[in-house]
Amino acid sequence: MNTRIIPKEYNYTAPQTLAEALDILKQKNVRVLAGGTDLIVRLKMGSEEAMETMLDIKRIPELKGIAYCEKGAHIGATTALADIEAEIIKNYPALRDALVAMAAIAVRHMGTIGGNFVNASPVADTAGPVMVYGGQVHLKGPEGERVIPADEFFVGPGKSQLKEGELLTAITLPVQPADSGAAFFKKTRVKPDISKISTTVYVERDGETITNCRIAMGAVAAKPITLPEIAKEAIGKKASKALFAEMAAKVADTIKPIDDIRSTAEYRKAVANVMVAEAFEVAWKRAGGAL
Amino acid sequence: MAKKEITLNVNGKAYQVSVEPNEILLNVLRDKLFLTGSKYGCGIAECGACSILVDGKVQLSCMIPAIAAEGWNITTVEGLADKDGNLNPVQQAFIDRAAIQCGFCTPGMVVTGTSLLNQNPHPTEEEVKDYFRGNYCRCTGYTSIVEATLMAAEKMSK
Repeated sequence: MNTRIIPKEYNYTAPQTLAEALDILKQKNVRVLAGGTDLIVRLKMGSEEAMETMLDIKRIPELKGIAYCEKGAHIGATTALADIEAEIIKNYPALRDALVAMAAIAVRHMGTIGGNFVNASPVADTAGPVMVYGGQVHLKGPEGERVIPADEFFVGPGKSQLKEGELLTAITLPVQPADSGAAFFKKTRVKPDISKISTTVYVERDGETITNCRIAMGAVAAKPITLPEIAKEAIGKKASKALFAEMAAKVADTIKPIDDIRSTAEYRKAVANVMVAEAFEVAWKRAGGAL
Repeated sequence: MAKKEITLNVNGKAYQVSVEPNEILLNVLRDKLFLTGSKYGCGIAECGACSILVDGKVQLSCMIPAIAAEGWNITTVEGLADKDGNLNPVQQAFIDRAAIQCGFCTPGMVVTGTSLLNQNPHPTEEEVKDYFRGNYCRCTGYTSIVEATLMAAEKMSK
């Protein structure tokens, strides 16, 4: 394979407004270029045969940047991963955990959060934190805007609720309650690798008691998932290392990972058993809890 | 596929070039602007040999369509030295610490090290190692590369 060139011809367009971009998306076989860290690789590999038009959305100002308001954070789709990690540290530490552990710095200067969502990889590292923080995905199309809870956005490998003609415009994160905390953990062979498995745990605390809990897992199913049934079992219980180990064991029992190029089902289950407990501990501490 | 005349701002100079939509920035830098410092290594964002700076932050020129880079503020390894040819502190430290063997990864390493010190002038050893996680070296060895970058940081803070 010659990865020096893109062995394919296409038209290129870089509109300055969202309205123009949505108009271009009405054409056939348009692919969106944001950071390019996935699309360009696929083009070089010859797996984007159908593409006729490359729609570069990086020149649309309203899709870029982070804004805060009383409702929470609004992250534009083309905001670079590295720009989010620099901004978001105070309010959403689990998202920062995920961002700083992703890929290499050059890739994080290019890759975008919108791209990480739209690619809909079962491994997407930003998915878990956004899901447990109760984040929402904003889509715009010819029929207007749709807002979808992040944990309903993913459908399968490479598949999401994004319809033809729609553009992901932003991810929003609500303000988090006091005495809440979340943590993201993942395992890779070497640092810039894609995750073998990841977990995000979110807890709310009243004294020593867990009053709310969410658990997300990456690379253990056909899409990034949450485990609300298991998470519910932690609610109302007193936090302890024993409880966290019990929760981790339940997660490991429930998930149905597969063998693939990055890892095996057996390894993923064994690691979940440890990693979920670690994530619980850090999330609990971030919520101000003691152990 | 229509060719387009674009302006690429590289190392403080504006270049007029005619590019196809599928032309990769790395190839335009090397083959049309004859800036051959940036290297083609893997072509798929794994190795860091093609690293360039965009607004002072490292990006990978093998992953960018040249047409998309119109008007960007780009610096290649050729643009790190000042107008009189004085090397930047990272370049000088790589020489002083002999952090070069075959030299193929060096432009990417020097560019990445410069990006780090632009953002974080006083990195710890761990931060340097972490920042270089996407730059492959297969012969020099990372020890001297990390030490050279720390030396450059120290020199710059004086």
